[in-house]
Amino acid sequence: MRPKNARIVEIVHETASVRTLRFDLDLDPVPGQYLMVWVREVDEVPMSISYRNGITVQLVGEATRAIFDLEVGDSLGLRGPLGNGFVLSGDRILLVGGGVGAAPLALLGEAASERGMEVSTLLGFRCCNDLIFRERFERIGDLVITTDDGSEGICGRASAGLERLNPRDYDQIYLCGPEPMMADVIGRCRGMETKIQASIDRYFKCGMGICGSCAIDPTGIRVCVEGPVIRGDQLAGTEFGRYRRGPNGLKK
Amino acid sequence: MKNPVMLAAGILGTTGASLKRAAQSGAGGVVTKSVGVAPREGHRGPTVVQVEGGLLNAMGLPNPSYHNFQEEIDIGREGGVPVVASIFGSGPEEFVEVAEGLEADGFELNLSCPHAERYGAEIGCEACNVEEITRTVKESVAVPVWVKLTPNVADIVGLGLAAQRGGADGVVAINTLKAMAIDVESGRPILGNRFGGLSGPAIKPVAIRCVYDLASALEIPVIGVGGVSSWQDAAEIIMAGAAGVQVGTALGGVEGYAVFRSITEGLSSYLDRKGMTLEELRGLARRFS
Ligand SMILES: Cc1cc2nc3c(=O)[nH]c(=O)nc-3n(C[C@H](O)[C@H](O)[C@H](O)COP(=O)(O)OP(=O)(O)OC[C@H]3O[C@@H](n4cnc5c(N)ncnc54)[C@H](O)[C@@H]3O)c2cc1C
Ligand SMILES: Cc1cc2nc3c(=O)[nH]c(=O)nc-3n(C[C@H](O)[C@H](O)[C@H](O)COP(=O)(O)O)c2cc1C
Repeated sequence: MRPKNARIVEIVHETASVRTLRFDLDLDPVPGQYLMVWVREVDEVPMSISYRNGITVQLVGEATRAIFDLEVGDSLGLRGPLGNGFVLSGDRILLVGGGVGAAPLALLGEAASERGMEVSTLLGFRCCNDLIFRERFERIGDLVITTDDGSEGICGRASAGLERLNPRDYDQIYLCGPEPMMADVIGRCRGMETKIQASIDRYFKCGMGICGSCAIDPTGIRVCVEGPVIRGDQLAGTEFGRYRRGPNGLKK
Repeated sequence: MKNPVMLAAGILGTTGASLKRAAQSGAGGVVTKSVGVAPREGHRGPTVVQVEGGLLNAMGLPNPSYHNFQEEIDIGREGGVPVVASIFGSGPEEFVEVAEGLEADGFELNLSCPHAERYGAEIGCEACNVEEITRTVKESVAVPVWVKLTPNVADIVGLGLAAQRGGADGVVAINTLKAMAIDVESGRPILGNRFGGLSGPAIKPVAIRCVYDLASALEIPVIGVGGVSSWQDAAEIIMAGAAGVQVGTALGGVEGYAVFRSITEGLSSYLDRKGMTLEELRGLARRFS
């Protein structure tokens, strides 16, 4: 598939360093799927889908800076939706997100709610100014917020919020956020690994399962095609939570 | 090697885990990602574009360097099949440095990558370079040495003969064909590197011809690669004269790793049906001249 041309029809400044871009095309995604986003002349980077026609981007480096320089009417090249998204199952589900990881979870929560599922959400942010998608989550169920500095909700990491909830009350738990947070949550939900689905982040190059850049040790699971959503039991005993590889294949 | 179907260089072979998984999925041998003297991040994206009948790539030889690669080879070997290290360098000295720095069941000299400045096809399109590099590596290692050839020349047989003179134990043909794709919306080349190499079904007829010509002219084995995704493709390239088959782009298809079993099983039931051995199949097409 060649990159599809997508024109930006709306840009929402969610926070100082997070923006949502809406496109003139319906991506028809499974929540949790991603796009390879080609910023012409700069790079092609993976982004989770946060709306049927949008992505939500945190400014971190060169490609995301270039995305922030775009205006309504400009366009990007998109490959996707790619990969395996979240699988909805059960009646009561818990979403646990950190930072911009809330993006695919919002789309998932809305799909779950449409199906009549009971949705609870726990989101962790650094501080109150980093909060995104509060209304989207409040509309579909209970929302617990934590901030590292206590400026909003419970003071502490997302895992501090988990102590207020009983993970065992839920049929399925969905995670997306910084890896230490996700590894911590999985660690606190021992015995429930098969009921946990985590969207994980590795260095993607090809996005089609041939270059090997995103393969995890020791199983060789190719996150870009077999993920990015991986079940908790498939992460047990792997590099997840310990290390990852950079663009040259070196561990870091 | 009992099973002639191998993983091609640069497909998933950056980690031991992937090499081992290919072996456990039914590959008879695995070739690593090409490794060089220093870590490289590769070209910026897009690094691949799917085009009519094939795939364009310009990965740009990303690799952790040989200094950090022995562990991956050792893990790959746990898969129980030979691990061939694909290596690249800017000249004989670098090739020897990498080869001496690694312990593998064989080496494949990448003299054919079409999109990395100073490496691959930039040196491998000259027969004298191919011969000299092959000879120096052969003199410095005890394991088999294969030379991977570029099809982006007027006469690939000349390169094959040079590899043979240099003492190669086999040649591997073909690497990708120089190619390009342009985004019609913006007029920009799509690949981050602008140019890349074409692989997949579109290049199979080119590979068949190259293997046929090489197998007709050389005494050393020819390993066929290019567009193989089914047992029929494997049979065809073996009929052209290939002693072994490598599979690359097909790993990115819906079958994924299962492509190894479907090729090997299909090939062996075909041989049963025909009452033939692999040996008898090899070069069959060359009898009809
Ligand atoms: C499946 C998946 C979904 C993602 N979804 C989102 C999302 O919804 N919103 C969001 O803001 N970010 C998301 N990311 C992360 C996003 O891809 C990186 O932030 C982005 O690539 C940074 O590019 P850069 O050039 O701005 O930064 P750089 O300066 O190049 O790098 C900064 C950091 O980004 C990482 N990065 C750079 N390139 C890649 C790449 N090709 N693949 C993976 N990581 C890379 C690097 O590891 C580095 O640590 C996702 C990543 C993956 C794998
Ligand atoms: C993504 C990708 C990366 C590759 N990397 C290498 C490499 O590092 N070294 C090499 O010798 N060939 C490399 N190749 C070439 C393949 O090994 C093979 O020769 C070519 O793709 C043709 O076979 P195929 O049609 O089965 O893919 C690469 C090909 C692809 C598609």
